[in-house]
Amino acid sequence: MGDIPVTVHKHDALIVGAGGAGLRAALEASKSVNTAVISQVFPTRSHTVAAQGGVAASLSNVEPDDWVWHMFDTIKGSDYLGDQDAIELMCRMAPEVVIELEHMGMPFSRLQDGKIFQRRFGGHTKNFGKEAICRTCAAADRTGHAMLHTLYEQCVKNHVIFYNEFFALELLMNEGHVVGVLAWDIANGGFHIFHAKATLFATGGYIRVYKTNSNAHINTGDGLSLSLRAGLPVEDLEFVQFHPTGIYGVGNLITEGVRGEGGYLLNKDGERFMKRYAPTVWDLASRDVVSRAMAEEMRQGRGCGPKGDYILLKLDHIGADLIHERLPGIWELAYVFAHVDCTKEPIPVTPTAHYSMGGIPTNRFAEVVLGNMEKPEEPVKGFYAAGEAACASVHGANRLGSNSLLDIMVFGKVGGKRMAEFAASLPEHVPLPENPGRKGIEEVKNLLNGNGPERMGAIWDELKETMEFNCGVFRTEETLTTQRGILKKLCERFKKVGIADKGLAFNLDLIETLELGHMLDFSKAIVEGALARQESRGAHYRDDYPNRDDVNWHKHTLATMDEDGTIYLDYKPVRMKPLTVPTFEPKERVY
Amino acid sequence: MVKTVTFSVFRYDPEKDTRPYYKDYRVELRRPGMMVLDGLNQIRWEQDGTLAFRRSCREGVCGSDGLNINGVNMLACITHIEELKEPIVVQPLPSMPVIKDLVVDFTDFYAKYYLVKPYLITKTPPPSDRERLQSPEDRKKLDGLYECILCACCSTSCPSFWADPNYLGPAALLKAWRFIADTRDEGADERLEIINDRDGAWRCHTILNCVEACPKQLNPTEAIAELKKAIIHRKF
Ligand SMILES: Cc1cc2nc3c(=O)[nH]c(=O)nc-3n(C[C@H](O)[C@H](O)[C@H](O)COP(=O)(O)OP(=O)(O)OC[C@H]3O[C@@H](n4cnc5c(N)ncnc54)[C@H](O)[C@@H]3O)c2cc1C
Ligand code: SF4
Ligand code: SF4
Ligand code: FES
Repeated sequence: MGDIPVTVHKHDALIVGAGGAGLRAALEASKSVNTAVISQVFPTRSHTVAAQGGVAASLSNVEPDDWVWHMFDTIKGSDYLGDQDAIELMCRMAPEVVIELEHMGMPFSRLQDGKIFQRRFGGHTKNFGKEAICRTCAAADRTGHAMLHTLYEQCVKNHVIFYNEFFALELLMNEGHVVGVLAWDIANGGFHIFHAKATLFATGGYIRVYKTNSNAHINTGDGLSLSLRAGLPVEDLEFVQFHPTGIYGVGNLITEGVRGEGGYLLNKDGERFMKRYAPTVWDLASRDVVSRAMAEEMRQGRGCGPKGDYILLKLDHIGADLIHERLPGIWELAYVFAHVDCTKEPIPVTPTAHYSMGGIPTNRFAEVVLGNMEKPEEPVKGFYAAGEAACASVHGANRLGSNSLLDIMVFGKVGGKRMAEFAASLPEHVPLPENPGRKGIEEVKNLLNGNGPERMGAIWDELKETMEFNCGVFRTEETLTTQRGILKKLCERFKKVGIADKGLAFNLDLIETLELGHMLDFSKAIVEGALARQESRGAHYRDDYPNRDDVNWHKHTLATMDEDGTIYLDYKPVRMKPLTVPTFEPKERVY
Repeated sequence: MVKTVTFSVFRYDPEKDTRPYYKDYRVELRRPGMMVLDGLNQIRWEQDGTLAFRRSCREGVCGSDGLNINGVNMLACITHIEELKEPIVVQPLPSMPVIKDLVVDFTDFYAKYYLVKPYLITKTPPPSDRERLQSPEDRKKLDGLYECILCACCSTSCPSFWADPNYLGPAALLKAWRFIADTRDEGADERLEIINDRDGAWRCHTILNCVEACPKQLNPTEAIAELKKAIIHRKF
């Protein structure tokens, strides 16, 4: 293999990721500084496009609402692990960012009076938990598609610079600053150094390490591993959300909006079992509660089907017209993936791995921060993160439905503005380090030139199957210890991995193998965090420690990785002080 | 015994091959309802890592994996293997330059999308702290238009698109109509100007291949007919 060229590009603001968070940040930053976005896929193919049910904001279009109620619901949903300053900011800004989207041209569904349509969603209530409320703003059940296309359209209008099908390989740091990334041009091959004054990661979530999941193939948590490899921490990775309603057998998502519109779950006796687990809001409890209830029903032999391994989601009673008008995408998915006409029959569902609560630690300004129980948080200069890749933390131990599309709009906007201000304040770029990107270049060259006997497919199969089995909805010391051992072996095998494709043009073998390396790295952080956390909180449920333990565990996990791949854990306090309202103290969580 | 089916896949590596060829693979049907994309992944992960294709959402919403399967353009991720005749011939979308194997160069397709000004154009400022109002009836006019996923299944099945390199094609024209049909948009004049060009709407001869090809059941032909009407209407 001849020498592969390295091209250097210089921009003020660099955004990695073109999902909702990345594009919202780009729109903001490009108002004042030279901004470029790099993305593994063409922007509208990012995972945000798949979001269905909607985006939460207390617009009060259907019934009176209040951002403080939204804030309370989010904190309670987070099982009190969310940072209350960031949550207040998000809930207060929600109406503003949703209205901006409408002004940009997003095709929201409408109410009779012409205002944005809002529906009910799990965990969103009025008056501090009294009853479910219509807070989730939707474009039918294609909200993510409508949002992502609208944002990209605005980027086109505003001439934002894109490097599409570029894959980030390494985070570059010098003199304590993040100074950009090294990337690989997927279509043509070749290394590219993006030298920037400020860099924002909006690389999305890490759910592809689970076998049954609702996510796109590209959601391999690359940003987390690039941070870990640069010596920076990741936060709360053990909190993985399992969405209650994945299509049985394949995991594709059926939005909570179905239950928001009046659908409900049934066990094999035809019983609406959720009333036993959540006496106030039944099927609209938050996701960790519903997923666990379903798993519990199945464990106790009340699952449906010959193997008792699914639950039924019934919605035909809401009527074919309403289904076709408000849930057309769901009708299509159920038909294509489950061969079910949901206007007539219920959809077989099981919990499916869905959302990454953990991520790169940030404060409420989307600045990546260091800190621990002793040292207060301090920003890493020039480094920002937003969206599912980040941990602000607005979702804590469990995210509420329709709060992620909100998160990506709020922290995309805030982060884009903040990074632009920082970039503008630097007269010059901080220079690149000596030999920039050496590690990333070597990683790729070793794969292209090497001949390792192991293949990514086999290692990945084992990784996602065992993560699901040992680090899924229910966890114990035993399963997690087993998984720790398995990961060790898989990492050893990965050292001997080789790729069959040695070419430069669209080498998918190379990309998928690099992604597997990323998944192995952060999976260790998920498992170590979960093993250490001897309590149950939100989505992290330990059969051997079934209760929340605020005395010992009301804190965020931070994981770092050293050169040889060993994970170290540290902790930091939850930011309990909101900006303007009194603290919501931890309480028992009942729905 | 697990049932197997034959995939006959278009292969081309610009660095190695002087011309494309087809390679046959046996794909195991391990569960009911497997999609063509599942088959391609199985090939990549278990038999031949050198095969390249695009994919992301695996549920028909991102538009990455438009392919020509048994002669028809469709999305690999929502096409059931069991419903296809064997051998399953998988080719890249027609008429686009091939980068490698099933991956084609979308540059020209995107360039045409950018040409129609694919964004809301407004002159009247919106209310400062509220959404603009739009009746459900007006919003309904966007159904069947806004759902486009830019997969290019339509344009690459259109004989006019193949014949005339400058023709905007059904996807770009559908996008133009998505905005013109939006009661909030005030850019109709600018767009119709572009579309009235000989390479715009008038290149469409209503052959309907595009409607047939669209995996989202959208109707570009109807959108093009609306554009033609709007252009004529505007001339008076
Ligand atoms: C099926 C489904 C339905 C959902 N519905 C809802 C909903 O109704 N409401 C809600 O609030 N949330 C919903 N969510 C969650 C929500 O969609 C996501 O959390 C959110 O869209 C994430 O946005 P993001 O911008 O952070 O990341 P993404 O949209 O995932 O974008 C990540 C970007 O990073 C890029 N990238 C990644 N790695 C690299 C790399 N190495 N180099 C270069 N680029 C890279 C990718 O190309 C992509 O552009 C849903 C999720 C799923 C799976
Ligand atoms: S109807 Fe028009 S756009 Fe569609 S395939 Fe025919 S010529 Fe092409
Ligand atoms: S109109 Fe249909 S076929 Fe054409 S690009 Fe859009 S979704 Fe694809
Ligand atoms: S993978 Fe997204 S449309 Fe097929």
